Amino acid sequence: MAESNQPVSVTGSAPVPWQPARTSRWGHFDRYWLLLIGALIIAAILFFAFPEKYRPIFRYVFGSFADGDGVFMTLRLTAVSFACILLVGMVMGVMRVSHVGILRGISSFYVEIVRGVPVLVWILWIYFGLPVLFRDGLGFKNMRIAGFPAAVVAFTFAFGAYMTEIFRAGIQSIAKGQMEASRSLGMNYLQATRYIILPQAVRVILPPVSNEFVTLLKDSSLVSVLGLEDVTRRGREWVGRTFASFDTYLVVALIYLILTVFFTRVSSAMERRLSVEKR
Amino acid sequence: MSDPIIQIKNVHKFFGKVHALDDVSLDVQQGEVLVIIGPSGSGKSTLLRTINHLETVNSGEIIVDGIQLTHKSTDINAVRAEVGMVFQQFNLFPHLTARQNITLAQRIVRKRSMEEAERTATELLERVGIPEKADSYPGQLSGGQQQRVAIARALAMDPKIMLFDEPTSALDPEMIKEVLEVMLDLANSGMTMLCVTHEMGFARAAARRMVFMDEGKIVEENTPEGLFSAPKSDRTKLFLSNILDR
Repeated sequence: MAESNQPVSVTGSAPVPWQPARTSRWGHFDRYWLLLIGALIIAAILFFAFPEKYRPIFRYVFGSFADGDGVFMTLRLTAVSFACILLVGMVMGVMRVSHVGILRGISSFYVEIVRGVPVLVWILWIYFGLPVLFRDGLGFKNMRIAGFPAAVVAFTFAFGAYMTEIFRAGIQSIAKGQMEASRSLGMNYLQATRYIILPQAVRVILPPVSNEFVTLLKDSSLVSVLGLEDVTRRGREWVGRTFASFDTYLVVALIYLILTVFFTRVSSAMERRLSVEKR
Repeated sequence: MSDPIIQIKNVHKFFGKVHALDDVSLDVQQGEVLVIIGPSGSGKSTLLRTINHLETVNSGEIIVDGIQLTHKSTDINAVRAEVGMVFQQFNLFPHLTARQNITLAQRIVRKRSMEEAERTATELLERVGIPEKADSYPGQLSGGQQQRVAIARALAMDPKIMLFDEPTSALDPEMIKEVLEVMLDLANSGMTMLCVTHEMGFARAAARRMVFMDEGKIVEENTPEGLFSAPKSDRTKLFLSNILDR
């Protein structure tokens, strides 16, 4: 294929979407798998060799599916927020490269504002600040926002801006000729975006998108300030009871490590699948 | 004679300060095969791209199949569906198979059923000589095969006009012939064709008329024989001697 048709890298780590995966089947078994297995082994040793010391910590921090706390809170919060973030990122990303000035303006304004403020500040402001605005400013009595939706809104708002930039870069990496070919066949702008540009952009942006997912998974620990019973919050509560700071935060760190390395593996498996299908 | 299917009247186009099209006027009759030649930067590709509105013009009129392209109210997509275009870089959709490349626009623009679109795709892939490549992705095809799929993709819309923008310039020499054969076959079937190409053999065999452009102007037009044997302007002579002696 001619050089000008090759999508350009977004991340600098140069994904080459229309090439077969170069590694062999065994090549996929890399050091990250070792990291995951190592972390699991350490967790297992702590769990089984120290039934008095570590087992209760694991039980408490891990939480239960029925109560939806611990790991299940962390995963649910991450999954719900990420779905919203993808939607916002896609819509705003398409707007960011639009020919309509006002749409481009709204999207750029949003990205610039959000990127300049820390995620934790957005969380605090939306959870504690917005009810005040509604109560005192707009006259809604007894206005409260529950922790979970407040956290989802804050994460969507904050991470949506980064996702917008990822989508923008992905869309712009698709060669101009693809849009021209689509338009020359009589497709309108939205049809060309929907059927030609986005499907190709999605393959290009998969690596940075999964990075965002892992970052979100870790940053979800910020919601412990809202009292949501996620992994971090459960750890802090356990420390509050037992003062076993070192052991408890070791367990908390191990759980995050296992989750993030696991999801990194899942996403690179997806990348391989798409690039193979593609060639 | 009926009205020309393409009427270009006094068109001007600027890229910044560059006068890309300088008072260009050109009529093309239904069924005519017109070859446009000229040095790079002469405006020949730009002229082609104004006909399906991939480039807008600064002034002048373009009428395609009786429709004014330069009116704001014109449904450009409707016109584009009647005008097929083949690009130098093929511009196939790399995430779709050859067959899907050909069926997609039929379904979402022409609103054809899946069966009808697939039937058309099969027929056209046979016509361009690569029915066995229907399920291949563009990345698995040679340049010549990709360009033939691109021609089939454009033909699937049943266009009244086909535009070829240097269709063989990105191809290895041994693949040029297979693409030119498809184009010649199309010319013989009575398709209206505008080709920017430096394949003089094709021009001789297929074109009734050739246009030489330089610096955004049409310098002269004639039959291929007339242009090759008796070019009127010095600029044309120089250009032809450069490409014919190659």
